[in-house]
Amino acid sequence: MDKLKKNEKINVPEILKDLENYRPRRRHWEWRKGQGEKRQIGKFEFYDTSENLEQYEALPGGHYFNNIAPQPTSTITTEIASGRFEDDIRRMRMAAWHGADHLMVIRTAGQSHMDGLIEGTPQGIGGVPISRKQLRAQRKALDLIEDEVGRPINYHSYVSGVAGPEIAVLFAEEGVNGAHQDPQYNVLYRNINMVRSFVDAAVAKKVMAWAGIAQIDGAHNANATARDAWKVMPELMVQHGLNSMFSVKAGMKKENICLSTVPPTAPPAPCMRLDLPYAVALREVFSEYKMRAQQNTKYMGSSTREATVTHTLNLLISKMTRAEIQSTITPDEGRNVPWHIYNIEGTDTANQAFAGMDGLTEMLEIKRDKGELADKVRELKERAVLYLEEMLEVGGYFNAVEQGFFVDSGYYPERNDDAIVRHIDGGIGVGTVYDRAEDYMAPVTAHFGYNNLAQYGPEAEKDPSSLIGGGTFEKPEKIIFIDELDEVDNVYTRMEETKDFREKNIVKPEMEWLGDGVVQTTMFLPTDERTAYYAAIEVGKKMGLEEVEVIHTEVLQAAEGTRVEIKGKFQHVIDLDTLVVPPAPEVMTFEELCAAVKAKPMKIVAATVGQDEHSVGLREVIDIKHGGIEKFGIEVHYLGTSCPIEKLVDAAIELNADGILASTIISHDDVHYKNMKKIHDYAVEKGVREKLILCAGGTQVTPDIARENGVDQGFGRGSNGTQVATFLVKNREERGL
Amino acid sequence: MERQDDFEQRRKHLKDLTEKQLEERFWELCEKLMDPIVDMAAVHTSPSIERSVLLRMGFSSIESKAIVEKAIDKNLIHHGAGHLVYKLARTKGMEIREAGLKLAENELWEETSSLFQGGAK
Repeated sequence: MDKLKKNEKINVPEILKDLENYRPRRRHWEWRKGQGEKRQIGKFEFYDTSENLEQYEALPGGHYFNNIAPQPTSTITTEIASGRFEDDIRRMRMAAWHGADHLMVIRTAGQSHMDGLIEGTPQGIGGVPISRKQLRAQRKALDLIEDEVGRPINYHSYVSGVAGPEIAVLFAEEGVNGAHQDPQYNVLYRNINMVRSFVDAAVAKKVMAWAGIAQIDGAHNANATARDAWKVMPELMVQHGLNSMFSVKAGMKKENICLSTVPPTAPPAPCMRLDLPYAVALREVFSEYKMRAQQNTKYMGSSTREATVTHTLNLLISKMTRAEIQSTITPDEGRNVPWHIYNIEGTDTANQAFAGMDGLTEMLEIKRDKGELADKVRELKERAVLYLEEMLEVGGYFNAVEQGFFVDSGYYPERNDDAIVRHIDGGIGVGTVYDRAEDYMAPVTAHFGYNNLAQYGPEAEKDPSSLIGGGTFEKPEKIIFIDELDEVDNVYTRMEETKDFREKNIVKPEMEWLGDGVVQTTMFLPTDERTAYYAAIEVGKKMGLEEVEVIHTEVLQAAEGTRVEIKGKFQHVIDLDTLVVPPAPEVMTFEELCAAVKAKPMKIVAATVGQDEHSVGLREVIDIKHGGIEKFGIEVHYLGTSCPIEKLVDAAIELNADGILASTIISHDDVHYKNMKKIHDYAVEKGVREKLILCAGGTQVTPDIARENGVDQGFGRGSNGTQVATFLVKNREERGL
Repeated sequence: MERQDDFEQRRKHLKDLTEKQLEERFWELCEKLMDPIVDMAAVHTSPSIERSVLLRMGFSSIESKAIVEKAIDKNLIHHGAGHLVYKLARTKGMEIREAGLKLAENELWEETSSLFQGGAK
């Protein structure tokens, strides 16, 4: 396929073509490069960054700093799985442009209990059905996207459930570079038989190890499940330890084993004091392993603001300790399956916080050796050791699970008798484990365990797949690609339904799927929470939305009112052929402006008018060092803030100025427009209106309305000196002043 | 089980260890707990493991599933599903895929079974 172009959409139908012949370019995980050196980015020297991207979208505040996008040292994860992988491809591209380089696909509900692989492209629920075709399409898209942004993208999903070994093989074949794999997760949370789970895991891990796939464990789920998450810290260390040890024994390199670690608590609990000692203890015990940090989700509600603050505090822990992979949680995870905009928000939160905390550890360090943290770190290590000792005493791992050691809400050795208990002769897949006979043989690469290849000679022992002339790992052309099994539930049917949005010149709001029409609206209703909840639904309906649902409420005061956020489906499409888009403001070049001012000098009087102390915006438009109008040679007389209208116009008369720049930020009761009218009226009264160019600017200024209120031009949010200077020069010319 | 936090009692034998020693102890215990499970895993197999072998041999998920199900029915899974296909192909002078597809279509199982002497362990 052709390279992607910044201003052209990725062609999803084209991605789906010729998939049977597509081969991934690599199997293994790729870490970021260029850490450990200081890096000049824009006007600043950064201490903790990795190589820059070739193409990106900067943070919202980036435009103040030459549009820089410093890339943190950590790999940044975002989870994208809306149920329609074809729409997720577009979201993956957006996330990559915002700096995500670890794209994780959650599986559809129930896939972990499916005894075998899914084929084709059925629609998912709460995730995506992981199939060869879906993986190959997304990998193909990601290969294009990584070329576009200039950094490898790690693709990730899950090797768990009762089909682990097959999925591991599928991932190795299709270029999936990271995967969750932890047999304890199957046992505790998926109720898969413990023997089956571990027997399968050994093979899955061996395959992952061969392919260089990075592994993330499943211990963090104990935080999310236990009643009081901060009490399971000793157990978390135990779970990490057991999976890590098992993985090493199955052949995995320690550097590819990543601990999925989540700070156990969140505000308003005093989370830093609880979570930081734990983070330190964990990183010390697991000094040879990688950390994949994720924010706490156990105490996450539907407030996206609150989730973002928790995320940021958790990022501080990552910064003060370490996290080779920094996961991001979309702040809307507590209210719906994540939307496009929130994947970007979560990613931006990590990038913003890391950029802001750059070099922090040059100035701050953890009081490691004395005081509360030191005591807690030691205590946690001791509690974890005691936990393991008792497991051995009761006869090992399986017995410990049967006796309810895991996910008990007690702070070990405390026990509250509310653990998850599983039995060795119970669970899904019980009785499906078989002895390997003496002549057991598997003629394939990367097979774990007993394999009697000697019976077929020394060559077979050296290279098992030589018996079959190479397997799919050696000869990918041997892979059998299945396209679709279901005539209706597949990507082509879905894309036929949304065809108009790709082929016609129309647009519709969207949160997760092309043409879904979903919008959200935030409102304040001056009433109690329950009334507000139902009133908000009526508001949504009267706005013309369908399927209106309340996604968040927050009481501002029991009687005075409630903040409500709703979502609903907008029922119309916008026809872009008939849409009137006002032309972008015209700008003259630096040379043109300088020449015009040199040929005929220009003098301007400027001030922030009314009772208004804001000065930043106007200074930016004026000052030479901010690229303001002085840069072009325009002489500016700045009268400061809270300047009376009369003083401003009188100064213009006295100085024989060509024009006035009035800044007006406060917009309460339309005072900004009222001030514009006053300037105009006073200039008329003084008999100078015709020879003065009047401009007004401010964040809440709309140009059309400004002109209606008597000024010659208004400048809103995002305006700059070049635009203002262009207007001044052109207006002077047009009016023959 | 319900139990009060008796940490102070239990930790007595640990209190003189350095943190480095505690960490070493942590890893020794993890190893002791996992070793028997790793050993068990090495000498067992499962339907998913056998399907993963067949996938690597160039069979589709559907074909792999069919072969493994029948191998379990015939009590031949202990030899390895890939082994069954390999030995059948070798004996009959067939291509690997050809032999596997026959098995998936429920053919040649008697011949296969005889190659493994009736499926005894």
